[in-house]
Amino acid sequence: MSTQPPQQQSEEPAAEQSADAESTPAAQQRREDKKAADREARDKRQAEEAEREAKANEDTREIKVFRYDPEVEAKQEPRFDTFHVPFTKGMTVLDAVIYARDHFDPSLTFRHSCRQAVCGSDAFFVNGQQRLGCKTQISDLEEPIRIEPLPHQDVVKDLVVDMDHFYEEMEAVDPYFDPDETPDGELEEQRQSRANREKVKMSTRCIWCGACFSSCNIAAGDNEYLGPAALNKAYRFAMDDREGDAKTQDRLETIEQEHGVWRCQTQFSCTNVCPKDIPLTEHIQELKREAVKKNLKFW
Amino acid sequence: MSQSYNRGTIESFGRWREFSAGMWAWIFHKFTGWVLVGYLFTHIAVLSTAIEGAEMYTNTIVTLEGLLLVRILEVGLLAVAVFHILNGLRLLLVDLGIGLESQDKSFYASVILTGAITVASVPTFIAGAF
Ligand code: SF4
Ligand code: FES
Repeated sequence: MSTQPPQQQSEEPAAEQSADAESTPAAQQRREDKKAADREARDKRQAEEAEREAKANEDTREIKVFRYDPEVEAKQEPRFDTFHVPFTKGMTVLDAVIYARDHFDPSLTFRHSCRQAVCGSDAFFVNGQQRLGCKTQISDLEEPIRIEPLPHQDVVKDLVVDMDHFYEEMEAVDPYFDPDETPDGELEEQRQSRANREKVKMSTRCIWCGACFSSCNIAAGDNEYLGPAALNKAYRFAMDDREGDAKTQDRLETIEQEHGVWRCQTQFSCTNVCPKDIPLTEHIQELKREAVKKNLKFW
Repeated sequence: MSQSYNRGTIESFGRWREFSAGMWAWIFHKFTGWVLVGYLFTHIAVLSTAIEGAEMYTNTIVTLEGLLLVRILEVGLLAVAVFHILNGLRLLLVDLGIGLESQDKSFYASVILTGAITVASVPTFIAGAF
């Protein structure tokens, strides 16, 4: 494995002498000597430069990356590869794996896109916690940094996991705005009150990264459990005043089913790992209370 | 979920070193809950000796209390019960949506309080056992 930083490449100084040096005139000989000296000086300069670069690179960080590929025989047995990545200020876990891929091993596979915690494609299991690669500073982590694919999801290859199940759960709660009635005028706005916006604000921030779902050990044990992200989605729309009572009731019915909110055991794992700081447990608890209110009648 | 290979401790409780407060609270709560359920049966068994008459019951209790092991188990039982109660209160607050940001602190508080109460109870339980 090419897991070491690139060795400083020392070129052999061009030492070949022309065999017919004797027969060249003196002026020619002088020119050639000068050229050889120039060449030597240039080589020395280059070597110095490479050395300086190597020195700058000395500040490396050790990352251990999970490797697995069912299609390659040598990688069918999961293992960890170690890379020494030169550290730069502000380097994130994503930067580190990108560097490892670009410089050491082009077969290293992971998803990424926006690099700014917007697309939600690079949730990894870093040093024992689900984290967003592009939002996690290398400097905040203890070495060696273990980078693994999200637990409780099937690994497709290296750090890439199968997200289908997670997306299915998300789709199951109708993750879109669906009001009972739309205003008559075609161009009329559907205004939301400031207070209501504040209420759903945090829940709108989900980027579908799946970190919460992977951290939840209820979701791990119960394949049908909607999971924190989907419940948070349901919360986001159920709490939106503009949707109307009928749809809200609908949504509450979805979430109070057997594999809905009541599976949540308030372990707070999801809330701890969510890269967008969504208070997931709080939202799930509120949905539980709404579900109770809907069903309890004291008169 | 396909099980094409074993990811080892990644997906099991082998990760316990990385658990956070909420997770520990959950595990302890389950554990103490099961211990209390188990205790309930021994409790009923001991009480049932009273069916044979008051003397039988007294004898049983006296023998049991004479055993050092039982005294120690009683301390453990108290610890388990106290934690279950305190964490139960914590969960009650969580269910009501109160103080969710400090759920980890309330867990630590429960643990510390449990420890304190347990330690304080030791003299009472062990007295005369030796
Ligand atoms: S709720 Fe948070 S952790 Fe879960 S998918 Fe959305 S952004 Fe990711
Ligand atoms: S790369 Fe888009 S969220 Fe990290």
